[in-house]
Amino acid sequence: MVKRFKEIFQHGLKNRSFVIGGIITLLFFLIALLSYVWTPHAVENLSIVNKLRLPDSTYWLGTDHFGRDIFSMLIVGARNSVIVAFVAVGIGIGIGVPLGLVAAARKGWVDEIIMRFNDFTFAFPSLISAIMITAILGPGAVNSIIAIGIFNIPVFARVARGAALSIWKRDFILAARSAGKGSFKISLEHVLPNIFSMLIVQTTIQFALGILAEAGLSYLGLGTQPPAPSWGKMLNEAQTMLYLAPQLAIYPGVAIALTVLGLNLFGDGLRDALDPKLRRNR
Amino acid sequence: MNSLKKIFGGFAVAICFFMVASSAMAAKTSLTMGMVLEPTHLDPTAGAAASIDEVVYANIFEGLTRIDRWGVVRPALAKIWKISDDKKTYTFQLRKGVTFHDGAEFDADDVLFSLNRARGKDSTNAQKALFRPIAKVEKKGKYVVAVTLKQVTGSFLFNMGWGDAVMVDPASAGSNKSNPVGTGPFKFKRWVKGDRIEMVKNSNYWGKPVKLRKAVIKIIPDPAAATAALMAGDIDAFANFPAPEALSQLETNPRLKVVIGNTEGETILSTNNQRGPFKKLKVRQALAFAIDRQAIVDGAMFGYGKPIGTHFSPHHPAYVDLTKKFAYNPEKAKQLLAEAGYPNGFKAVIKLPPPSYARRGGEIVASQLRKVGIELEIIPVEWAQWIGDVFKKRDYDLTIVSHTEPMDIGIYARKDYYFAYDSPKFQALIKKLNMTVDRDARFKIMGEAQRLISDDCVNGFMFQLAKGGVWNKDIRGLWENSPIQANDLTEAYWVK
Amino acid sequence: MSVFFAKRVTALVITLMLTTVVIFLVLEILPGDPASLMLGINAEADTLAALRAELGLDRPVLVRYTSWVLDLLQGNLGTSLTYDVPVSELIIERIAISLPLALMAILLSTVIAIPMGIIAASNHNRPLDFFVMSFSQLGIAIPNFWFALLLIILFSIVLRWVPAGGFAGWDAGVGPALSSLFLPTIALALPQAAILARVTRSSLLEILKEDFIRTAHAKGVSRRRALWSHALRNALIPVVTIMGLQFSFLLAGAIIIENVFYLPGLGRLIFQAIAQRDLIVVKNLVLILAATVVLINFVVDILYAVIDPRLRGRDNG
Repeated sequence: MVKRFKEIFQHGLKNRSFVIGGIITLLFFLIALLSYVWTPHAVENLSIVNKLRLPDSTYWLGTDHFGRDIFSMLIVGARNSVIVAFVAVGIGIGIGVPLGLVAAARKGWVDEIIMRFNDFTFAFPSLISAIMITAILGPGAVNSIIAIGIFNIPVFARVARGAALSIWKRDFILAARSAGKGSFKISLEHVLPNIFSMLIVQTTIQFALGILAEAGLSYLGLGTQPPAPSWGKMLNEAQTMLYLAPQLAIYPGVAIALTVLGLNLFGDGLRDALDPKLRRNR
Repeated sequence: MNSLKKIFGGFAVAICFFMVASSAMAAKTSLTMGMVLEPTHLDPTAGAAASIDEVVYANIFEGLTRIDRWGVVRPALAKIWKISDDKKTYTFQLRKGVTFHDGAEFDADDVLFSLNRARGKDSTNAQKALFRPIAKVEKKGKYVVAVTLKQVTGSFLFNMGWGDAVMVDPASAGSNKSNPVGTGPFKFKRWVKGDRIEMVKNSNYWGKPVKLRKAVIKIIPDPAAATAALMAGDIDAFANFPAPEALSQLETNPRLKVVIGNTEGETILSTNNQRGPFKKLKVRQALAFAIDRQAIVDGAMFGYGKPIGTHFSPHHPAYVDLTKKFAYNPEKAKQLLAEAGYPNGFKAVIKLPPPSYARRGGEIVASQLRKVGIELEIIPVEWAQWIGDVFKKRDYDLTIVSHTEPMDIGIYARKDYYFAYDSPKFQALIKKLNMTVDRDARFKIMGEAQRLISDDCVNGFMFQLAKGGVWNKDIRGLWENSPIQANDLTEAYWVK
Repeated sequence: MSVFFAKRVTALVITLMLTTVVIFLVLEILPGDPASLMLGINAEADTLAALRAELGLDRPVLVRYTSWVLDLLQGNLGTSLTYDVPVSELIIERIAISLPLALMAILLSTVIAIPMGIIAASNHNRPLDFFVMSFSQLGIAIPNFWFALLLIILFSIVLRWVPAGGFAGWDAGVGPALSSLFLPTIALALPQAAILARVTRSSLLEILKEDFIRTAHAKGVSRRRALWSHALRNALIPVVTIMGLQFSFLLAGAIIIENVFYLPGLGRLIFQAIAQRDLIVVKNLVLILAATVVLINFVVDILYAVIDPRLRGRDNG
């Protein structure tokens, strides 16, 4: 296991995307973690007299219209984005992968039902379900997690199922089957480890999409609620002050774009490092 | 041949010159006004939304009286009136030769129809209270109507100037929601839902014709989009501009001018007087000391707005300045909380409707209250939810809203109003006020009323909403203040 | 083939039915009282009750569901609670904006993306390829509402070439109407173009390595001709599939973009209807949109199977 990791890592280091993306992603997570123990200023401190200051030694990126330190808001915003994306992807994996595995293993009507459920969930663009869910349950981080998570399930189900189907055709599976192993055991012991790399890659993609989705929902006012800072909300607030303080719109946008870019690059590089066949086709 | 060419050439040049000159001389006749909230329909007698009046009041519909830009009652469809000696009967002399936009003639029958429809049992009029004092409405002649009241009502003529009291025609009343037919100087042309409402000049208007040939009200709910639209010249005016943070920027634009005026909007931290800690006077007093009004005005409204100490417009001559009484003092607030039995503060929920004065103001208030130990959970709600939860079910602790109806201090006399303030002393005051007609006497009672609700700290009185008007420098005649919910375009025109 | 088709149609019907059930269930518990919103703060209790009865909000649940589905099958989409006009009228008004916008966005993204994908594939691992891939990565990473903001600043405020938003209306002339859709189209098209460019490139690369291309080479067809006549045609299949599936992302993007540019389209209508608790509009509009996505997926599936016979017979989800 460790040997495999080392091998992947070494392959990865040769890959530009893996390195650049990896560094950005790592930075992002570290910063998000850091926010738990330290921020230059407390983000709940509204100080109207200090509003809209330009960057200086006390406020490294300046302050917003409420006098809050932008740098601190960005760090805590990173944390909120991570949490939302993480749990949402977790929901997708936790429910979607088993569904996909079962569909591939059972085929027949079980497969049909799961595929129909997939089609149906795809029919609801996540934004609409998010708007509807938050309209019912009220806006907030938890509800946006549910909304984004729900849309992750069919994605992972589809990926898991597709990958699993091609594994099921392999010889060693047939061998295990004729040896009398049940589909549950086969799925767990043979199929899952072999689709692992595809899942990991999809995870990075969905994580990036989750961050974008969270930003979009917060921008519309449906996601993370005040006083908790969120990148999307910062952009929405900045929009009316584009003339007074355009820098307010730049920082959160750059943060989002950079993080998503880093994650996508990392995912690309990982995919190349993980699968030698794919590597050639980069 | 040559001379013919010269003549022809000269003629052509002259025509071009003339065309250019005349187009430069001809002033624009069309105005596009921006508005934030789209009305759900266009019948002001069947809905309370200010947005309805902001489209149709004075433009499409008129009443017996009208409120002008200074908040003064003026004759409209009623030319003159006589008040009986017992002050209970008003005899209105109606204007002759007035027609509705569909050609129907306006006469006393329409007045009877409109008033009885508004005060009837099946009425969907949102301000039935305006009509409750009416005992009977009688036709005394083709153009004469007598209205008799159950008791003396000092504000009756003003009440008849509200948008909910406009005159409608029986034939078209049912379809006014989608096709408003009134007597005003503008005719309804069409409504593109979600985008704009178009009006054109009514050439059969009884009164002074308007200078504009066309008026378009454009719906722009998003403050950022509103700013962009003004800057780009997509709209000519925005009477109630929703983004005070952009006003300083708009001022620097050479095409635009910013006109700050008053509204009748008392923006208050409404408190559920029947809930938990807020039942205690000391807790409510602590709230009053804990909020820094000027900081809220600076932070949420970027300095536009005037702090108030009671529920009354500071620009009204009867206003009593009570802001110093509960001047910002967080230490005193903590002390009062301790005396009330909450030395460590307590937790509460604040529900905030969509406008930025509420959302931004709410965040600032939350941070100020946190400093004295009160932890607020902020719950943003849409208007539909606010009306359901806060206003009707009274399921809230605190909220922030701006009451924009003029002279509405009387709401504190309603004991089942959403802040649940029940003071027999205050109710008696308001009753007395309604019966008083003499101006000085009324002002004295209004002063007492203001002091009473301030002493009882019924709500956190924060500030008076300012009217940030932005329009093209070449436009004249738009209202500077908002004494009533309206976008009166009847006197607007372009100088070039 | 007919078995496959029949299976697909049944699947379609089941999905649609399921959609109606879920939409109805979800919206039955939507809090907020539409009657109160329409009549406002000072309305009296009896007027509210009258309005509620008028709108039929007090009938039992099963009755309301069945009558709704029956109405739908007859093409009756109900009457909007807030605007008091037929929902179909609202949809037609808004579609006049959303459909051109969607079509222009698809057109623009295709026109940008496919050539870029081709350039990237034929210059594999060289600078041009890298450039295209970077564009693609950036396009996916930049949130479209942020991009829209930047576009507004540049084109509307600084340059004053196009309006900042709003829709001039088709009767104001085709020119003004199209110019108000100019920025929204770009903002919508960008992420689509980024994804499409990527898919085109990788799909083309896949095909170029395939045996039949090598066969063509061996036969002496020049590399360039091989690219254009053989590879492209086959590579376009997954691209077209993606374009079809992108529809649901287009829809999501449209909601945000229509809000940023205040376009009165279908996306804004949903947002407003939910805020106004207009149950009828929300129910029917969400259903129409969901049904459209399901239908498009269905058509794409069928087309895919028609084009590539290898796919019929097993479910290639």
